[in-house]
Amino acid sequence: MKKDSLKSSRDLKKLRTDIGSRNQLKGWLYLAPALLLLLIFSFYPLINTFKMAFQNGYNGLAIVGGESFTLGIENFKSVVNFVDFKLCLKNTILLCVITVPISTILALLIAVALNSIKPLQKIYQTVFFLPYVTNSIAIGMVFNAMFTRVGIGDLIETQGIINNILKIFNLGPYNFVNVGSSWGANMFVVCTYIVWNAIPFKILVLLGGLQNVNKQYYEAAKIDGTSKIRTFFRITVPLLSPMLAYVIITSFIGGFKEYSSVVGIFGEGMGPGDNGQMNTIVGYVYKMLPKSQLGNASAASLILFGIILIVTAINGYVSKKSVHY
Amino acid sequence: MADKKEFKMKELNVESAGRSQLASKIVRLTITYIFLTIMAIIIIFPFYWMIISSFKTMEEYRANVPTLWPQTFYLENFVTAFDKANLWDLFLHTLLVGTISTVLSLIVTVLSAFAFARLNFKGKNFVFGLLMATMMVPGELYTITNFMTVTGWMPFASEPVSWLDFTNTFAVLIFPMLVSVFYIYLLRQTFLQIPNELYLAAKVDGTSDFKYLWKVMLPLSVSTIITITILKMMGAWNAYIWPRLVANDAAHQLITNGLRGASFTDQFGETNYPAQMAAVTIVSIPLFLIFVFLRKYIMRGVSRSGIKG
Repeated sequence: MKKDSLKSSRDLKKLRTDIGSRNQLKGWLYLAPALLLLLIFSFYPLINTFKMAFQNGYNGLAIVGGESFTLGIENFKSVVNFVDFKLCLKNTILLCVITVPISTILALLIAVALNSIKPLQKIYQTVFFLPYVTNSIAIGMVFNAMFTRVGIGDLIETQGIINNILKIFNLGPYNFVNVGSSWGANMFVVCTYIVWNAIPFKILVLLGGLQNVNKQYYEAAKIDGTSKIRTFFRITVPLLSPMLAYVIITSFIGGFKEYSSVVGIFGEGMGPGDNGQMNTIVGYVYKMLPKSQLGNASAASLILFGIILIVTAINGYVSKKSVHY
Repeated sequence: MADKKEFKMKELNVESAGRSQLASKIVRLTITYIFLTIMAIIIIFPFYWMIISSFKTMEEYRANVPTLWPQTFYLENFVTAFDKANLWDLFLHTLLVGTISTVLSLIVTVLSAFAFARLNFKGKNFVFGLLMATMMVPGELYTITNFMTVTGWMPFASEPVSWLDFTNTFAVLIFPMLVSVFYIYLLRQTFLQIPNELYLAAKVDGTSDFKYLWKVMLPLSVSTIITITILKMMGAWNAYIWPRLVANDAAHQLITNGLRGASFTDQFGETNYPAQMAAVTIVSIPLFLIFVFLRKYIMRGVSRSGIKG
């Protein structure tokens, strides 16, 4: 075998450096296709977005008109003062604040329950993972159909399945998504959908964490006669805290970028009768874009980026203090 | 386990203690199963409603008291769905774009992952760090400029260059999203698990880097390659925002965009919900099949990223 010729470690080292020096150019060659595409479609846009955002009143029409722009933060001011944007910001923040805790708690309860049973565990697991691989636009349309009443005024033919279910509990009927429905009702539907959609991923991660927990902790608690609830808060939650932190941070980031759930339910109009009352930050960016309001769109996307960075930083800080590894 | 406990409680009244413990265990298990069953029903309900609605006639769907099982299986809805939403064309477009972008993306990803995992060159760690940092940036930040780029707005130009306008082509759906830093990272991690000694041995034998990559590393990384392929295909299937912005004409529409844009409303302003649900069902079926048969590959990617397909 040729390998025998590597008699000493010095030979091996020499071989390594030989390969190393020849690899200088080769390395860049192998990276070239990826770097070229990233340069055009990631790095340049990143710089260009900053450039556009800090040029006052930057927009497509003015560029064609040959105008030049002064540097400043006018775009940010006009975005923040824009009524539409305030609504988008409010919607986005509320969606996060409502759905992240609810979906995390539900997922945690389901994961713990799943972990504590033996028979049928696999079947339940499959059911709970099912919404993971779905098309969020398509299933959004299903949620719309479930909440929609068909017919107008006195001629309503069906109130939709959800209202029919609520009727069993003597509730409703409510106008959830039809024209004229309230902001709160819309919010309820969108939050329900997001929670439903977010649960599988969280169960997946948390269940994985639970299955790796050392059984001895539970044995010890059992022998000490610790109650189940105390065990949950004193053992399960602290041991799962890295997974919980991970799940919370990813869903906050996802929540701030929320767009397609709303499109799935309401369409591009982002609200009942296209009134835009459920619009989000990302929705705002995509609304400004075809209008050539490039400065405003860039400023809004940078605000989104800033929020995500802040949320990530806060989460990192909090989890450093409270996560038990 | 149970023996140990009973042993400890020997002094006490073993009989009654054991019985009450058993009772509380049964209660707890019952509550657990009830909770799981209720949650499972809630989770499964939208799928159930989607499927049964797709078989109902308009009259049945609009019945005052909804039926929980279709009275007749009205298959005409699926014909209407294909017709109204142009599903065949959308299928073909998505398949074309998905296949081409998967193949190209795999080539680019494999080459970069190999460079990062095996080759040594100056600046490697810097470039890798730079790439990792871009994972933090929300895609929306890129979209604005990319939209300008593909519509022919060149830097420093005063107006769009018409021959550089790529809107409504398949290329515009493929190239801007071709490189995924996450896939490069995923494959690099797999490559790193292959012992370096294999590489050095191959070098001694005079095997070229490319041949080594092709004959040794790729066969050993098949499962990661499959994961990337599935995620990329699912990406094309579920893509909405970018296709909607740059290729919204009938000749290039992708399936999700086409589905959302399709009108199931007739001239009287009445929406044909059963046909709409049929279309939604058709779009969901491939995802179900992938989930059922290729679940482990998706899970591999998922648990490391949190990125939704």
